[in-house]
Amino acid sequence: MYKAVIGLEVHCELDTKSKNFSGAPNKFTETPNIHVSTIDLGLPGILPYPNKEAVRKSLKTAMALHCENPDEVIFDRKNYFYPDLPKGYQITQVTKPMGRNGYLDIIVNGKKKRVLIHQLHLEEDTASLDHFSNYSLIDYNRSGIPLIEIVTEPCIESADEAVTFLEDLRDVFLFLGVSEARSNYGQMRCDVNISVMKDTDKEFGTKVEMKNINAFTSVRTAIEYEIKRQIKVLEEGGKVIQETRRIAEDGKTYSMREKVDAIDYKYFVEPNIPPVKLTKEFYDDLRKEIPELKLERYEKYIDKYHLSEYDAGVLSAKRDISDYFEEVISYGSDVELTVNFVTSAILSTIKKLDIELKELFITPKMLSGIIDKVKNNEISLDHGKKILYQAIDKKIDPNEIIKKQNLHQINDKDELKKIIEEVMDENVSQVRQYIDEGNTYVYNFFIGKVMTKTNRQANPNISLEIIKEELERRKEYESK
Amino acid sequence: MIKDLRKELDEGKISSEELFDITVKKAKEEQDKYNSFVTIIDKYKIKRRADSILKGIPYALKDNISTSNILTTASSNILKDYVPIYDATVYRKLKNAGAVLVGKTTLDELAMGGTGTTAATGVVKNPWNPDCLIGGSSAGSAAAVALGIVPFAIGSDTGDSIRKPASFGGVVGFKPTYGRISRYGLFAFASSLDHVGVFTRSVEDAAIVTDVVKGYDNYDMTSLKDDGKSYSEELDKPLTHKKLCYIKEICDIKEYKDSEIVETLTKFQKLLDECRNNGFQVDEVSIDRRLLESIYPVYMIISCAEATSNNANLTGIQFGPRGEGNNIEEIMFSARTKGFSELIKRRFILGSYILQKENQEKLFLNACRVRRLIVDRVNEIFKDYDGIILPASGKGAPSFDKSTEQVTDGQVILENHMAIGNFGGFPSITIPFTFVNDMPVGVNITGRAMEDDIVLHIAKEIESITGLKGLKAGDRNV
Repeated sequence: MYKAVIGLEVHCELDTKSKNFSGAPNKFTETPNIHVSTIDLGLPGILPYPNKEAVRKSLKTAMALHCENPDEVIFDRKNYFYPDLPKGYQITQVTKPMGRNGYLDIIVNGKKKRVLIHQLHLEEDTASLDHFSNYSLIDYNRSGIPLIEIVTEPCIESADEAVTFLEDLRDVFLFLGVSEARSNYGQMRCDVNISVMKDTDKEFGTKVEMKNINAFTSVRTAIEYEIKRQIKVLEEGGKVIQETRRIAEDGKTYSMREKVDAIDYKYFVEPNIPPVKLTKEFYDDLRKEIPELKLERYEKYIDKYHLSEYDAGVLSAKRDISDYFEEVISYGSDVELTVNFVTSAILSTIKKLDIELKELFITPKMLSGIIDKVKNNEISLDHGKKILYQAIDKKIDPNEIIKKQNLHQINDKDELKKIIEEVMDENVSQVRQYIDEGNTYVYNFFIGKVMTKTNRQANPNISLEIIKEELERRKEYESK
Repeated sequence: MIKDLRKELDEGKISSEELFDITVKKAKEEQDKYNSFVTIIDKYKIKRRADSILKGIPYALKDNISTSNILTTASSNILKDYVPIYDATVYRKLKNAGAVLVGKTTLDELAMGGTGTTAATGVVKNPWNPDCLIGGSSAGSAAAVALGIVPFAIGSDTGDSIRKPASFGGVVGFKPTYGRISRYGLFAFASSLDHVGVFTRSVEDAAIVTDVVKGYDNYDMTSLKDDGKSYSEELDKPLTHKKLCYIKEICDIKEYKDSEIVETLTKFQKLLDECRNNGFQVDEVSIDRRLLESIYPVYMIISCAEATSNNANLTGIQFGPRGEGNNIEEIMFSARTKGFSELIKRRFILGSYILQKENQEKLFLNACRVRRLIVDRVNEIFKDYDGIILPASGKGAPSFDKSTEQVTDGQVILENHMAIGNFGGFPSITIPFTFVNDMPVGVNITGRAMEDDIVLHIAKEIESITGLKGLKAGDRNV
């Protein structure tokens, strides 16, 4: 049996107002060369000044991935010539990266797996190149955008694990609010290193590198294809060549270049950025900014709130939804009802309206008010949802609607009995069906009628009891 | 000198425009003979709303300082048509102060070199004797001040690029503490050693100009918070820091056979005696010879390494003459092959070699460690002394035909010790102190980091001892 050994290098652009070492805006745009300063162009005489927000966000990400953080911030230069690198060097981190020796726990096919993080460092993005038949154009908008690179240990064994890791890593970025991590904008990109070995082998096989894959689906396709290809090569008695391959649209990988001797980037410490010491207080403050991440919330929902795996998954998938849910609960609202309202009414509404949760008129506080009234039997669940939709529709506080429409639930037994007697007198044939045929389906019919008559204010549970009693009473009466 | 010009301007004896015209005329007259300038400005431009002591005063900038809309070549072919789109901080400050730029001065190509002979536009000659070099790399700035064209000029100093040509040109050259003047817009040679500094004809003028251009700059993270001092005003107070020392191993006359060096060192000892007579304490201290001998190699290793990387933007892709070729590597290769002189290429190859993985520990990192050892030793000396005083050069400027002669080990130390000021970022000033064989020779004073005012103050007192203030080429009042 063969097994795959996969390591990932993930690049993610950080969401900051300005670039990593200049004041030019860090914003996506289709118009080339408008978000550019002298510094991003690498003009003679320019000096870098680091973006504090990028430093904080990269340290925070490293912390959330359980990495060891450095005692000071320093940067290094990576020297190489390429037209997308205007200074002729990239400012990056080698000596003291923002994080080392961390991990991210993921759940793959129901099993927990710990993906080890080798290191996380902060660097600057390069310009982007557009190649035409006999010329190329350079767009410096991307030049200098803060970029974090996360390098895993070679501990990933399948495409499933790789893709789950990438998805969960993206969720970490989103939960932390450090990046929008949109792979279609190239904000999140991935290099895959992959080799195969026999179960019994002691040493890794020869690795193949695939660079700059944007879409996660392409990562999956590339890994699956490459595992098959490498196994086939070995089965046929061949040798896997150390090389860089690319994934093509046909889902196959093709050789780009054989790996010659590794390039010597001649790293040295960036002399224009003096080291900045990081204190314990700084890290303590930073740690306070780190929210519970997806997996922690998922596990909490199951262990503490006893949610189903499905509901826990839905509610922990996105930071805003999870925060919303937790805020409603924090007001003391019933958990089960809150799950019901959020997973059905709230999520379907934002989907229908195609809006973000933060744009929704109903605040967690308002929702909590509705839920509490349902819980106290002041209004029915149905009513609760109806009020919710009305409130969203008209942008009115739901508590106002409840007051105005006098939609309090009718829980009074005598009042309900009177209504039910009326309804039965008006629908004699349905009463007959129960008496003659014992047909219990008429329960729902009468519930429906009662609801219509009471403008949906009748307490359905109490009504059902009275309907059952009244039908039985009429049956007995007739048989006497 | 600046205060005299200020007075004439304020009294209306001359207008700043007239002063500019006279300056430009003089610059042009001397250009063929001495080659101080790469560009002489034709149009008078002044910030009218400025209000400073420098308003209306003409000056020159070394041609490796970014000036928007004004050609800035760093005296290299690879930048021969480069017109920057932004202003260096030092230029912006001078512009805002109302100083009037008259020209961009010639330098050793990319500020690498100490002779003033390697500019793409030709050699710079010494105003005291055109058969001699002026030294570099800030050759044109030194010459323009020595010729009396401008009262001050801005230079840059990575090893001794201001303080050596100041010595050869008989002028004042001051490099303040690292970070005192922003490097933003100075074309980087070796970032950890690069300083912006000034040439003047008096210590007071050096203080006046430094007052205008110093200060913290958002664009230079290594720049220092402003110390809130006016160095020129500090000069009027009594000097309380008068403990100097010189380094035995550098000044030991027995070590040298060259008669001019012996003369310089003899006169230097005389100067020290005069200092003692004027209330200074001057002692001899010793530094391990091995440390002194390592100054030059450490300087070369660190500066070449940083220079290789700092100049990697010069590929002819974004700016500069476009190379030819069938692919991007060939195009960049051709631009750099044509754009740099052999000397520069040699330094880049050295730098690249030094930074290679297999050499970095042994060469680069060890050089950084030795740099630290030297700085530590000097800081130890500064615990007891306010300044170190040494000859800025062993003798006057060499003639062009002698400049390539081999020097002895002793001379290597004598001629390169000023790089200590760059290693530690110490404030360091050269002022003229004597003439040897009819050529001026300077004395150098280096002080504790941050204590720019004290170094200037010591220099001013010594200036009054030597009497060599306001010296211009041709003046011989010794």
